[in-house]
Amino acid sequence: MRYRLEARAQPSALMGWLSPVLAALLTVATGFVLFSALGKDPLLAFYTFFVHPVRDLNGLAELLQKASPLMIVAVGLACGYRANVWNIGAEGQLILGAICAGGVALWFHESESPLVLPLMLLAGAAGGMLWAAIPALLRTRFNTNEILVSLMLVYVAGLLLSWLVHEPWKDPDGFNFPQSRMFSDSALYPILIEGTRLNAGFLVSLVAVAVGYILLNRSFVGYQMRVGGLADAAARYAGFNSRRMVWLGMLLGGGAAGIAGMGEVAGPIGQLQPLVSPGYGFAAIIVAFVGRLHAFGVLLASLLMSLLYLGGEAAQMGLGLPSAITGLFQGLLLFFLLGSDVFINYRLRAVRPPLAPARPSGAAKAAKSGKSAQATA
Amino acid sequence: MTASTSPRIELNGITKIYPAVVANDDVSLAAMPGEIHAVLGENGAGKSTLMKIIYGVVRPDAGEIRWEGRPVTIASPLQARQLGIGMVFQHFSLFDTLSVVENVALALPGRPPLGELSQRIEAVSRKYGLPIDPRRLVHSLSVGERQRVEIVRCLLLDPRLLIMDEPTSVLTPQAVRGLFDTLRLLASEGCTILYISHKLDEIKALCTNATVLRDGRVTGRCDPRVETESSMARLMIGRDLPQTRHGEPSSGDARLVLDRLALPSSASFGVPLQDISLTVHAGEIVGIAGISGNGQQELLAAVSGEQPIPDAQRIVLCGTPAGTLDADARRALGLCFVPEERLGRGAVPQMSLSENGLLTAHRKGFIRSGLIRFGRVRQFADRCIAEYGVKCGGPEAEARSLSGGNLQKFIVGREIMQQPKVLVVAQPTWGVDVGAAAFIRQRIIDLRNEGVAVLVLSEELDELFEICDRIAVIAQGRLSPAQAARDTSVEEIGLRMSGMWPRAGAIAPPGTAEAADALSA
Repeated sequence: MRYRLEARAQPSALMGWLSPVLAALLTVATGFVLFSALGKDPLLAFYTFFVHPVRDLNGLAELLQKASPLMIVAVGLACGYRANVWNIGAEGQLILGAICAGGVALWFHESESPLVLPLMLLAGAAGGMLWAAIPALLRTRFNTNEILVSLMLVYVAGLLLSWLVHEPWKDPDGFNFPQSRMFSDSALYPILIEGTRLNAGFLVSLVAVAVGYILLNRSFVGYQMRVGGLADAAARYAGFNSRRMVWLGMLLGGGAAGIAGMGEVAGPIGQLQPLVSPGYGFAAIIVAFVGRLHAFGVLLASLLMSLLYLGGEAAQMGLGLPSAITGLFQGLLLFFLLGSDVFINYRLRAVRPPLAPARPSGAAKAAKSGKSAQATA
Repeated sequence: MTASTSPRIELNGITKIYPAVVANDDVSLAAMPGEIHAVLGENGAGKSTLMKIIYGVVRPDAGEIRWEGRPVTIASPLQARQLGIGMVFQHFSLFDTLSVVENVALALPGRPPLGELSQRIEAVSRKYGLPIDPRRLVHSLSVGERQRVEIVRCLLLDPRLLIMDEPTSVLTPQAVRGLFDTLRLLASEGCTILYISHKLDEIKALCTNATVLRDGRVTGRCDPRVETESSMARLMIGRDLPQTRHGEPSSGDARLVLDRLALPSSASFGVPLQDISLTVHAGEIVGIAGISGNGQQELLAAVSGEQPIPDAQRIVLCGTPAGTLDADARRALGLCFVPEERLGRGAVPQMSLSENGLLTAHRKGFIRSGLIRFGRVRQFADRCIAEYGVKCGGPEAEARSLSGGNLQKFIVGREIMQQPKVLVVAQPTWGVDVGAAAFIRQRIIDLRNEGVAVLVLSEELDELFEICDRIAVIAQGRLSPAQAARDTSVEEIGLRMSGMWPRAGAIAPPGTAEAADALSA
């Protein structure tokens, strides 16, 4: 018995939704195998990785807290990806958002005005958009590849931040550590649940998900972007401006990433440091696809990804595993998702061992069949 | 059994099932040596699948093939060629950047010396009236000449069965007659020809036997020489051929004016447009005939706004200079456009019919403060499906789940329901079944009677003569003056399709591919 992939007459809607679930299950199963191979008790490891981090209110708050930047970045990216605009540099746009928001916080560090925080939000969004505008401009003007340009700008952004905290923005009372001064309270998101680190940035992310849903699924602009992503010639035929779609796709992703960067420095970090993100901008790409480029799907996928981050930390502490474990699980998830996605358009079909390709139909022709077999032999 | 009494090829109970469709259902067919056998059927009837099975491209799920009396399994085109089966596909498989002889050499076994092969090509082409220069590069050949290369390539293998898949869709009427002479000569030498077509007049003129397919099944066998076109049409579509009704032309104001439109070609092997002038008035249908690849694509893109041009004055739409406007802005002026590609251009394959309605009809109050009014969009799609008889799973069915003809009806319906002032239609009935084609033509005529200016581009001359008030011809990126359809003839238009019409300056540049086509015909 052999198997072969056979194209489906129509893509399976069921598989479309099932694929992320399947990918998550396969990731967990592979984790089991992996932990066993490393000599850890797989059940204990499973508990440490996936249950221990969220066993109490504090853990759940951390889960939402970490999901928050993933969610907002992924929703922004999903808008672009729907339009075939491949912004891979959200990490850099996130850093620029953090820089711009941090700049505002430092400038107004003695102010107690309630306007500081909104101003930081705007500055963060603007910073992310500015960084995303570079690949957008180069693509619409010179037809460069936005994947490469946006990706390379990630490292430029990282170095820019590093220079800022080493030189001009270094905390004068900071014992020469490469970091800015701590932001004042007016530049920090208020805490939502007392005793945890969950802050108002989570609400901003929820609003972003809602806006993302309306934009992608209800608005004409989102429709135009989807048409552009699915069928370029149809978009041209309808007269939808493809340059505008590139700009929109890049700016939405960049703006969202910038707000996420602002949320990090105005939230858990509270200052500018050389590192403001543990790779949220890259992880959000996976979140966007696991979430099927759909706002609510992204909401769920960001929780899963957040759990992988927390589980990775817990596994380092509880099991003594290397920090690479987080990246490994992220990679597994994406790998299995892409694999499962094959079955949206294809199905596995068992093929019987080679049969005579030309068989007469019906029993009346059985005699001929004998001759036919001879002829082919 | 001797070769003269047993059929050259015999198919028994051939069945081929694809995931979504039964392409061939218990199909049987037999053709004798020297017979020109028509395989007649509408698009999607299963003709091409059946021929691919004979040529070894597709394997049947059930059924038997007999070659000169022996049962055979044809596993590949190579094996088919070894048996003596040749096939000329509808879409040519030639390398543009190679010469004729190099292309032919690639299809032959071994590595024949090119000099000797050139002589053989010239000999065969002389004998069968297929003039071709073996040293020419393929991209410089006309479509008709490319077809000759394909045929010569088959003939060099001395086929005993030649399959021709819709060979005349790319030829001028004169070139069609030349092709028929070649095929008759071949048949007289004992070669069997399977001639696939849906054009009844051609089959009547050429074939001595016919097998008719409908929905993958054999619905009849007949001798086309004694049948009438309408009796064959009944076999093919299961009912009488519908007729369209015309009204008197009533020419109004100029709605679409092309004034000395020129456009350099953007794609390699594309056709630059030169000096194109044409006026379409309210209440008339103007047709543009021509062999594909003579600038139709470029002209359509320029008129629709998919390829805006630098000088606004060259295209005037309802009195407004519109050359620089994009497609959406031209729609705002009252232009609607049905492109020839349905999936991917006229409709987004993965989107539902209602969403595809939104694609161009969004001005019909479907958007409020940036948000889509889904209720209205669905109503519009519902109405379009009902009024245009679109067979589908409802407004939420994906565009790609529809057959080509039904999707075409939806797209035509969508454009007409927007009440255009100017309608541009490319290949209105390409791949559409005969019944739906007549319906679409009638709707276009109705629109003209309501005072809309209609421009139709088609490769089917019969269609243009059926619906148009005036006909122009495009050849090598130039447009002939439009003539009243009743004052011209298929002959005259056919000659112009070769690029020859009286004009200030000169006739067609000598030595060009199209001119060679006409002279040899």
